[in-house]
Amino acid sequence: MEDVVFLLLCVSSAAAQLCAPDASNGYKVRLSILAALGDEAYLWNDSEMFLFRAALAFAMRTADGQNYDVSNVLVCDETPRVSFWFVVTSPLNPTQLVERRQVEEAVRKSRNRINSAFLLTDKTLEFLGIPPTLAAPAPPSPPPWLIVFGVVMGAAGAGIVLVLVTSVMQKRRKKKEEQTGIDEVEEESRAEENGTASDGVYNLSFSDNDRLTQM
Amino acid sequence: MDTPGSAEQMQDDEPKDIAERPQWDNQVQYLLTCIGFTVGLGSVWRFPYLCQTYGGGAFLIPYAIGLVFAGLPLLHIELAIGQRLRMGSIGVWNSISPYMGGLGVASLAVSFLVSLFYNMIIAWILWYLFHSFQSPLPWRDCPINLNHTGYVSECEKASAVNYFWYRETLNITPNIETSGSFQWWLVLCLATAWCLVYICFIRGIETIGKVIYVTVSFPYLVLTIFLIKSLTLPGATDGLIYLFTPDWETLKNPDVWLDACTQIFFSMCLGFGGLIAFSSYSVQKNNCERDALIVGFMNTFTSIYASIPIFAILGFKANENLNKCRNWNILRLTNSFNIGDENITLGNYDDWFNYFNNTDPSEVESLNLKTCNLQTFLDESASGTGLAFIVFTEAVIHMLGSQVWAVLFFIMLFSLGLSSMFGNLEGILTPLLDLNIIPAWIPKEVLTGLICLTSFTVALVFTLGSGNYWLGIFNNYVGSMPLLIIAFFEIISVVYIYGINRFNDDIEWMTGRRPNIYWQATWRFISPLMLLVVFVAYVVVAAEKRPTYNAWNPDYVNFPLADVQPYPEWVYAICVLLSVLPIVSIPLVAFYRFMGFLKKYIMNRNNPNPYQSESFHGEL
Repeated sequence: MEDVVFLLLCVSSAAAQLCAPDASNGYKVRLSILAALGDEAYLWNDSEMFLFRAALAFAMRTADGQNYDVSNVLVCDETPRVSFWFVVTSPLNPTQLVERRQVEEAVRKSRNRINSAFLLTDKTLEFLGIPPTLAAPAPPSPPPWLIVFGVVMGAAGAGIVLVLVTSVMQKRRKKKEEQTGIDEVEEESRAEENGTASDGVYNLSFSDNDRLTQM
Repeated sequence: MDTPGSAEQMQDDEPKDIAERPQWDNQVQYLLTCIGFTVGLGSVWRFPYLCQTYGGGAFLIPYAIGLVFAGLPLLHIELAIGQRLRMGSIGVWNSISPYMGGLGVASLAVSFLVSLFYNMIIAWILWYLFHSFQSPLPWRDCPINLNHTGYVSECEKASAVNYFWYRETLNITPNIETSGSFQWWLVLCLATAWCLVYICFIRGIETIGKVIYVTVSFPYLVLTIFLIKSLTLPGATDGLIYLFTPDWETLKNPDVWLDACTQIFFSMCLGFGGLIAFSSYSVQKNNCERDALIVGFMNTFTSIYASIPIFAILGFKANENLNKCRNWNILRLTNSFNIGDENITLGNYDDWFNYFNNTDPSEVESLNLKTCNLQTFLDESASGTGLAFIVFTEAVIHMLGSQVWAVLFFIMLFSLGLSSMFGNLEGILTPLLDLNIIPAWIPKEVLTGLICLTSFTVALVFTLGSGNYWLGIFNNYVGSMPLLIIAFFEIISVVYIYGINRFNDDIEWMTGRRPNIYWQATWRFISPLMLLVVFVAYVVVAAEKRPTYNAWNPDYVNFPLADVQPYPEWVYAICVLLSVLPIVSIPLVAFYRFMGFLKKYIMNRNNPNPYQSESFHGEL
């Protein structure tokens, strides 16, 4: 019995030594549940912590292939902020920590799954020191502004052509009117010359221009 | 050019004039076009800035004085002269005195140079308009860097809005000597701007008159919408109080008076020849005094009306920045002391801060908390392109339905700029037509097309990497001093060379009333004196210090603060050239005519004409 107790104490103290704030192979995690979910926020308790450790074990399994278990993820220094430090031990050797870089790779690979498990985002579930993999920029199918530009330019071009064509047509029409106008005047004068007897022709030399001549 | 005869003689020439000269469809069109010309981008983005810099409500006093003693008299003269003599700027000044013909050429040159860079600003507005149809707006987020770990460093140091303006729009070079290459997207936008201007300008005032109903009324509609919206935003009242609180101390600063006069002067677009061109297409019997008062009043009213939503929105933006600053502090405290998140709110921040400061002051020291002061954020003012493309775009991101507000805002700016462009271009077209150097077989559409094409080609220099620096130079050196000189000579020509009595008679014939004592006093003494004083003050202030410009240099030590650089020698020579070139025509033409007069006099002396005897007068 005492052996078991001694063993447990050893393991827990070993665990305590493995996981400590500022551990070389550990990461600090910070959750902002209230900020993210507001009224629908859940309380952070041991079950949620268990879920975290399970999610992280899942991430390690996906990246590594080895059979990581919940017991391989050690957590310490929990605060009311909801922030804590964690380290990952190797499933083959519980006293040996997994390299920092491997943990980082695993987390980055499964970041989305871990986030979704907690209904959080990259900003509200922070792994301090692991930069989030930002979404790749959208592929440049015709950029929207070129489409708007095309529409505006097309309308402008059509407008210019329209105005130019109407002004050319207007000029042609005016020239034609002038031509027919001249023809009409010629016809009228000819008609006057051959006027019927009843119409007569106004002869300007017999006008009452008393102002000009004094006879 | 024929000397102006008496009023009756001009009446006989009228029927022939009316048949050839285009006319406005109605007086409303004419007034709206003049209002559209004077109400431009400066009313929206320069006046509010000046108001804020120079003590809010107190600025209105020097502004009103400048308006009453310099702006309105000159406006009245330009409108009356154009209406009376029915010619563009070159024809008008040639008619008044052949020695003053250079004034018209100077106006033509200034109109051309200003329309070059003004349309570039419209091209930038179009660029932002095209980009406002995206969700989210492209200036909201920084682009991601190459290895997808964070944001582009230039963008992180400056802000996303700054990055979008300086890098993605302008692709600006670190200084003016580095020219960079032509930015193809800006060339496309410039081409669009000139095409749109060409459609409206294609047949001169015939087409302008149709478009003007829309381009002048639309900005007022949008301003009203923004007024209503902005007053509902949180923090709007802070901005308005800041704007209108008068600081009477600033009135003692001579810079205020200088800036007020120049603002009145440049915003009324005097000296461009555009107003003379517009009024030359009007009927002769028109009340130009009433027109001048209406145009002047609308210009001032619009400036004040536009400052209200602008400052409400600036107040809202300052409020947003203040909250962002304080939330940053809250997060720092929360993370550092590991208390539950959302325990510290904006309301109880001070209590928590004092608690932590008392328990662990060294830790609080090490956090480098920012001091969040609303005043500093309100002081982040900007004018010109900075206001529209940086400050306002940032404010729009925080409003609901950002795309709608952005589109409305940029279409409004586009309308304002377009209606001012009409005046600039008419200031080029009408004198060219009056000079009769264009052969008659070239239709007007081709002529306007040639003007637009030439301007577009020359303005390509503004699409270079250093284009923004060159635009600043054009704005400061072309659109300022030459106008003061032109206006001074304008008023001297009309009052002393044409004769104030003759001018009074003309106005009485046109409007039915002789101008009253206010006009007489300002025309004869007050306005010329004021112009002279402002000009001298302007030159003195400009010559005092070596001119510098603000460069955007990512490698600068204090980036994102502006890297203040002096102009290199060759650029400074170009600045001086730009100021002098338009007005050099005034003495040149006078000298040329004087030479012609001398030649004729000497010829007559040496070869007396036997048939030209001076002893027999008149009976023949």
